Amino acid sequence: MTLLLASETSSRLVHLSPVDLVIIVFYFALVLAIGFYLKGRSNTGEDFFMAGREMTAWIAGLSFLSANLGALELMGWAGAAYQYGILAAHWYWIGAIPAMLFLALVMMPFYYISKTHSVPGYLKLRFGESSRALSSVSFAFMTVLMSGINMYSMALVLKIVLGWNINFSIIVSSATVAIYVTLGGLRSAIFNEVLQFILIWAGALLIPILGLIDAGGWSGLKARIATNASAEYTHLWSTLGRFDGNPMGIHWTGIVFGLGAIISFGYWTTDFLVVQRVLAAKDLRSAKMAPIIGAGFKMIVPFIVILPGLLAIAVLPMKLTGEAQAIATGGHSYNEVLPLMLARYCGPGLLGLGITALIAGFMSGMAGNVSAFTTVWTYDIYRALIKKNGSDVHYVNMGRWSTVVGVIISVGTAYLVMDFKSIMDYVQALFSFFIAPLFGTVILGMLWKRATSKGGFWGLLAGTLSSIGMWAWVKVDPTALRYVALSPHARDMAENMYRALWSWVICVLVTVVVSMLTAPKPESELKGLVYGVTEIPSEGDVSVFQRPWFWASVVGASLVAVNIFFW
Amino acid sequence: MKSGGSLSIWLFIGFSLLVNGVLIFGAGVYEVFHPPMEKVVLFHLHANVWWGGILAVIGAAYCIYFAPGKGRV
Repeated sequence: MTLLLASETSSRLVHLSPVDLVIIVFYFALVLAIGFYLKGRSNTGEDFFMAGREMTAWIAGLSFLSANLGALELMGWAGAAYQYGILAAHWYWIGAIPAMLFLALVMMPFYYISKTHSVPGYLKLRFGESSRALSSVSFAFMTVLMSGINMYSMALVLKIVLGWNINFSIIVSSATVAIYVTLGGLRSAIFNEVLQFILIWAGALLIPILGLIDAGGWSGLKARIATNASAEYTHLWSTLGRFDGNPMGIHWTGIVFGLGAIISFGYWTTDFLVVQRVLAAKDLRSAKMAPIIGAGFKMIVPFIVILPGLLAIAVLPMKLTGEAQAIATGGHSYNEVLPLMLARYCGPGLLGLGITALIAGFMSGMAGNVSAFTTVWTYDIYRALIKKNGSDVHYVNMGRWSTVVGVIISVGTAYLVMDFKSIMDYVQALFSFFIAPLFGTVILGMLWKRATSKGGFWGLLAGTLSSIGMWAWVKVDPTALRYVALSPHARDMAENMYRALWSWVICVLVTVVVSMLTAPKPESELKGLVYGVTEIPSEGDVSVFQRPWFWASVVGASLVAVNIFFW
Repeated sequence: MKSGGSLSIWLFIGFSLLVNGVLIFGAGVYEVFHPPMEKVVLFHLHANVWWGGILAVIGAAYCIYFAPGKGRV
């Protein structure tokens, strides 16, 4: 281990002291201990895949958010904030909060009452086997790819920051995740995600606190950013009137309709990676409260991700650049913002906790992907298409094996990404291929009882294919950007937003047209699945402070306030 | 710790914060008396002393509150 650790130490960004290494080793030991401790509580399918459906709202809510705090979140958005300014916060506020509240108040009852194991499982109940097969295969493909990207990102960061050998980082992190998820299933993944969430905050919170002291408070920060970059970097909405009026090259319609209405709702309400955590809640009220608790914390995540990026513009003595230019010039890239800020303020011990926070973020994202893949593979592909009548023990064993296989495929994907780095650029695009149309199918299935099985399948297929088609069109003919993203000035991020919007519209239109031409299911078969024919259970005689709508209103009002404050 | 028991996740979190807090606090106190040659920015604030102390206190409180046998989950 020492040899592996020491094999690439010449270009490290920071130097760890013995106490830092003790903190990192202690973290790995603790997550493995949790996996071993929970081994005895994952013997049935309900335990292994759904954590026994006994999680409290707080645990489900923090896990719901932690599964999303992966590599791209922590490193990527801090770098994006340095590059694009406070506009990056849209992905945390309008690009997350409304969708999370919608999931809690409108969609969760249907997911929960139907007792489905997964989002593809809901599609099976609502639209039939063909829709489930299409969505489960695309989800499994996307999930292992994302897991591999996550793993590679972590290994790359550890190589750049600590000089650790990239193979060592991949082997240790993937083996750790494989062990604790295989042993304890979803319960182990959720418990570790909550631990990782707390450690991320404990390790990352000092950067903005010390950074604001260093920069002279918020007003001092704005003044320095205006000098070092542009005053536009601290405005959330006022620069979005024109595509070329802001560093992201995006128009407010792309943020509101593409990000806020489609990509965000697609991800937070239909991506099984996050929805799975809420399905493990102990009752319907907890299942509704969990996304609201997650939304409350999501709103303050920019404090440890976006603010460090802005502070870096103000206080770092060097100018950060894109990855290619950084490699060519020997400088630092945007993605190194968090490690650079850690190195600036954190001495022995704090540095170890900060690095642990980054590793925890990567591992929670990877474990989230692996546990979601395991459930979809076992229930929606293996049991549905390969072996229909296996025993519960057989499916649990398949779940454990598929965890190991999922990790191995992720490792393979991580090495694939190393050789073909452009795949990293396609991650967001892949996401929009599958998630945006899936949201169209699920939301119509839940809210419109006239939607038919054929309508659901053909809508989903048309939305997915049209999204891939638009992406290929722009790749072959870059001038097509003016049609897809409504402007030749649009950048990659803007293109993703508009492509998601059009693929959702196509999915909905095809679903509606095909549904009107085909026979609907009788209402008796839609009970528990569709609004209007489902009786939502009462939340019981609880005070207003225990009611989901009250806390959703508080979070919603806070969202409006922060958007006005940073206008 | 028996397999399949019912230790709260918050106990694990408290234990983690307590151990990390003590280690960071200790490293910070050592630095107060043996200042390093290359200091971090804002070294004079001794962030590892007070941040380590805060984490240790919160961790200890969680360990006590969610100690085994109290039935809290």
